[in-house]
Amino acid sequence: MLPLFVRSIKFLVGGGFIFVLLIALYGTITAEKPAVTAEQEFHLHPKEDVTFSFDNPVLGKFDVAQLQRGYQVYQEVCAACHSLSLVSFRELKGLGYNDAQVKKLASDFDNHAKQPTLDPKTGDRGERGNLPSDHFPHIPYSGNGTPPDLSLITKARHGGARYVYSILTGYADQNGYKNEKGQELLREFPGAKSPPGTFFNPYFANLNIAMPKPLTSDGQVTYLDGTRATVPQMAQDVSAFLTWASEPTMETRKQTGLAVVLFLLVTTLLAFGAYRTVWAGVKH
Amino acid sequence: MSFPWARHYEPKHPLMQWVDERLPLPRFVYNAIGAGYPVPRNLNYWWNFGVLAGVVLVIQIVTGIVLAMHFHSSGAEAFNSVNGGIMRDVNGGWFLRFAHANGASMFFVVLYIHMFRGLYYGSYKAPREMVWLLGVVIFLLTMATAFMGYVLPWGQMSFWGAQVITGFFSAIPVVGEWIRVWLLGGYAPDDATLNRFFSLHYLLPFVIVGAVILHIWALHIPGSSNPTGVEVKGEQDTVPFHPYYTAKDGFGLGVFMVIYTALIFFAPDLLGHPDNYIPANGLSTPAHIVPEWYFWPFYAILRAFTADFILPAKLWGVLAMFGSILILFFLPWLDKSPVRSGNYRPLYRLSFWVLIVDVLVLGFCGGSPAEPLYVMLSQIAAAYYFAHFLIIVPIISRIETPKPLPGSITEAVLGKSA
Repeated sequence: MLPLFVRSIKFLVGGGFIFVLLIALYGTITAEKPAVTAEQEFHLHPKEDVTFSFDNPVLGKFDVAQLQRGYQVYQEVCAACHSLSLVSFRELKGLGYNDAQVKKLASDFDNHAKQPTLDPKTGDRGERGNLPSDHFPHIPYSGNGTPPDLSLITKARHGGARYVYSILTGYADQNGYKNEKGQELLREFPGAKSPPGTFFNPYFANLNIAMPKPLTSDGQVTYLDGTRATVPQMAQDVSAFLTWASEPTMETRKQTGLAVVLFLLVTTLLAFGAYRTVWAGVKH
Repeated sequence: MSFPWARHYEPKHPLMQWVDERLPLPRFVYNAIGAGYPVPRNLNYWWNFGVLAGVVLVIQIVTGIVLAMHFHSSGAEAFNSVNGGIMRDVNGGWFLRFAHANGASMFFVVLYIHMFRGLYYGSYKAPREMVWLLGVVIFLLTMATAFMGYVLPWGQMSFWGAQVITGFFSAIPVVGEWIRVWLLGGYAPDDATLNRFFSLHYLLPFVIVGAVILHIWALHIPGSSNPTGVEVKGEQDTVPFHPYYTAKDGFGLGVFMVIYTALIFFAPDLLGHPDNYIPANGLSTPAHIVPEWYFWPFYAILRAFTADFILPAKLWGVLAMFGSILILFFLPWLDKSPVRSGNYRPLYRLSFWVLIVDVLVLGFCGGSPAEPLYVMLSQIAAAYYFAHFLIIVPIISRIETPKPLPGSITEAVLGKSA
């Protein structure tokens, strides 16, 4: 027989942890509630009232015309500040462009940034134009804030394309802004006034984004396919394009998946038949 | 190491005879997972998960080896080599990456079900203590491997996860900070950290394979347990592993693969965190640092300790978090009841289901921000977790009156008449 101490060590250890947890629990209960912040009351989740052609996780596809419009918005508006460095120009063929068009799109991008080069003889830095085989070049930016690279933006934010759409269409006038409960932001939280150089946008995590409203008016982009370029239209198109940019293989993934899962379902059915056949006559 | 009625390997082809006389590897496999291993005839579907865990381990190793061929383990290149190179430029790389990332999640799904099956049916009891102990070792190795693997893409959660987890060691008095710096190879996660994690992430799966072989070896000494918990009494209680359980496991594997591939192809980012698609940045701390979902219950226990009592709260949290797993090593001696299966133990069965709910609550709290309500909930749930293993189960095993056990497995299957 083990000594009593050894036999009861489990109760001592268990009791010890529980005792400390109860002290901690008492501390949590009696602690003062942390003050409610402006972010908690006014931050909005991405808008749900917009649909995308790729929403369906199994059957959803990209709308090629929309991707082309979205690229136009990226190229004419976003690319002034935001890089897309994981994407290659050659991948734009996935948007339905042919080789000659991709070549043109690559060299058209020269007005934003070119590819850095080193002279092999002198070691001097230089530049050359963009080719289809290049990645999108890094876009230098020296203003306020740090524009994130957009290659993975729809994967890197809760809500994905809806988040991007909501940010682009979510700018509001902070003066007199009320939430759903009817609280007025600057009345409830006078300290929440946007710091200089930032802009109020309730879809942004801390409500104040350094990016000025990028899509300011209808017709800012003249769509080549004649679609009317309203602000929501442009926002939706560029969100779709950035979803493509974050995973150009999405359609391949879903199509492969459909074949794989159907194949496995049939295999599993056969495996079930094999199982029943093998076990026939054996009670278990 | 088997029952006397186990079938013997008889190589028919002269070549196999030649091999068998010189290296009896086919005989070894035949006795391990072939017709030479008699298994209780009454195993239910919960017994599929051991084989599934083995299959996922192989999938992880195969996909991992190919991914390693395209991975750059430097702070400057790791993120781009995964999200640029592997996801975009490597043929089928997106598939390998999603299969590997979701494979880790599926590994834990399968492991947790396998472990809770062992808990419910008392599979940890004599004479299978060693099987259980090796299982806990495998679990710990898998946790270490998964954690280090999650660091490799070098996103924000990778970086800050490494920061937080290695920070645990700084809770150790006196030498803690020194150990943390030694583990990281610097004052913060950097190239040195990433390289050693990559090296160990490649090594540990093979250590797991070794532990799995020991786990299966130890299992084959007494043979598999079964839902009644009654030991095998005769040949009528068993069927040969092949073809009976290979067929049943084949069906189970099919169902598993349907779920696993649906996750890979239709919702590959469902179980990940968006922040890990942001490159690691030591100057920008994410608003909520959370580990992968399979660590949430343990993360909740860690964060539940918010009061300094003799020791600092952080040290309590770290002790409790490691303790919550180490307890499992002692389980065979904490539960003294001679009855194995929860089917015949009404009180134990009740406590088992409460534990399941408790662990789910802990998981929920671990994935939630550290707000007062969730902290309170995790404090109560963590207290119950320790109470379950260290107080409730030992007491139940002493005071409980089990229901009458069937005379044998065959009797349980066929009813009293047999």
